[in-house]
Amino acid sequence: MSFDPATLARIANLARLDIPVDQLSRFGAEMSSILALVDQLQGVDTKGVLPLSHPLSAVSEMALRLRPDEACADIDREANMQNAPETENGLFLVPKVLE
Amino acid sequence: MSRPQHTVAASVAALASGTVSAVELATEALARANAAADLNAFLHIDAARTLAEARDADARRQAGDAAPLLGVPVAHKDIFVTRGWRSTAGSKMLANYVSPFDATVVERLRAAGTVCVGKLNCDEFAMGSSNENSAFGPVQNPWGNAQIGARIPGGSSGGSAAAVAAGIVPATTGTDTGGSLRQPAAMTGITAIKPTYGRVSRYGMIAFASSLDQGGPMAHTAEDCAMLLDAMAGFDERDSTSLDSEKAKVSIWRAFSDIIASKRPPSLGFEGLRVGVPKEFFAEGLAADVAIRVQEAIDTFKKHGATLVDISLPRTALAIPAYYVIAPAEASSNLSRFDGMRFGHRAADFTDLNDMIAKSRAEGFGREVQRRILTGTYVLCHGYFDAYYLQAQRVRRLIAQDFQAAFQTCDLIMGPVAPTTAWKIGEKSTDPVAMYLEDIFTLGVSLAGLPGMSVPCGFDQQNLPVGLQIIGNYFDEPAMLAAAHRYQQLTDWHQQQPGGAK
Repeated sequence: MSFDPATLARIANLARLDIPVDQLSRFGAEMSSILALVDQLQGVDTKGVLPLSHPLSAVSEMALRLRPDEACADIDREANMQNAPETENGLFLVPKVLE
Repeated sequence: MSRPQHTVAASVAALASGTVSAVELATEALARANAAADLNAFLHIDAARTLAEARDADARRQAGDAAPLLGVPVAHKDIFVTRGWRSTAGSKMLANYVSPFDATVVERLRAAGTVCVGKLNCDEFAMGSSNENSAFGPVQNPWGNAQIGARIPGGSSGGSAAAVAAGIVPATTGTDTGGSLRQPAAMTGITAIKPTYGRVSRYGMIAFASSLDQGGPMAHTAEDCAMLLDAMAGFDERDSTSLDSEKAKVSIWRAFSDIIASKRPPSLGFEGLRVGVPKEFFAEGLAADVAIRVQEAIDTFKKHGATLVDISLPRTALAIPAYYVIAPAEASSNLSRFDGMRFGHRAADFTDLNDMIAKSRAEGFGREVQRRILTGTYVLCHGYFDAYYLQAQRVRRLIAQDFQAAFQTCDLIMGPVAPTTAWKIGEKSTDPVAMYLEDIFTLGVSLAGLPGMSVPCGFDQQNLPVGLQIIGNYFDEPAMLAAAHRYQQLTDWHQQQPGGAK
């Protein structure tokens, strides 16, 4: 399957990537060749094979460990906010969300 | 220079006997890093911070602290967040990010006594096989020269590999998602091990593909890797996939030392060791020089008692499409956190919130990262999810089962790490798929979550290093490291140094 301009625009929007217009055709061509590579999977007979997400489940089923959903105070607020692009009074500043 | 700069073991011995201090070792490592600045291996150096850590290590020793790696200089791949250091993942997105916390690996290695000499260059978000995808420029392979041209160090842990190969620090940390520890180790003539998935905590390791990412050590020798990995590995409740089984609790260093001390194979010879040689690893596309060197290495094992077993890993080539669905899918999800809001790059001009996010991401991410986000977004789309993502995960299970079938007849699997030696900088950077095909021998191991090593096994006609890949079954790191250690007692490939280095 080729990655036509409409598909690229749709996927780029879903991925929240504002690809400049002059780069669209090169991205499209590269994505088409990547898809041609991964399309090799389509011919493989996997009938009855279960998807494997945790690699060690190949030998015995691994369950993800969950922790209790509890509030904790291990985050240093000031240190964390030092990496913010814009802050005010200990809050992250972002463009207006609701008009 | 008489200092024990080359190995961790020699540094540990010299520090313990008092012939050298941590401050002296750190000072020399910083000087070497500065002298080798042309390699572009280091992204961040902070001499004051490093020397403070070194003074602390010397003080700990004075106070009777017996931490195993006390005073040994190391450097971290810039994928590991490090408190107070810039931690960029090789990306413009995180160019100014200073971590408020330490990765578990960083924390554990500091507790073991290591001194951080700096943060190392890598492919952006660990996505690449040549280190050319770093936003901060490519790393030079120390084995390149004017005659054969500037060479890639491999990737994505290219800075980590170059720093060890050039003798700047005796060991570094790296990460491996599809071969990013093993392939750069092979390309630069050093030793590295990617452990069993879940051995080393991913907490604070900037995420690329969470079901594949594993941290590991890079050094000159298998013995050094065993010491480093022992300090890095262990259960961490902050990583939901960290292993806490009985097998994972066994000390890697103790198990390695026990094998060496047992005077049983492979401590003295390889009698009884069954080495599986997959025919698919010696097929078309493998450079002749690489095939010869790898075959010679395998023959060394045979000569010293190992039994060679012909095995088949029939889906070796299918690992490429399976990986390039699964890894981008997980990457597109992991990298959705970069939105220009709380940290990371924010575009200067935008119209509204959505525009700010889309522009920040387009400006902050490099081309390869954007390609993988687009690929991942596509394969996870409604309508394609089953055909791509679930199909790739089914193929992943078949690949893992192929390895288990192979381990019925052999103890370790050996073959090449990569089809070629280090190529010229710029040679493959215009064709992403050509680069992906280079990963053919490492991807299957990653998809199966198995431990894999690269061990130096010779040079091609241009004097570029070749790596032998040793693959073990789950939790077999001690046996792999012991086999590699014995091989390194029989050979001196791991002791060769590039012409440009001191």
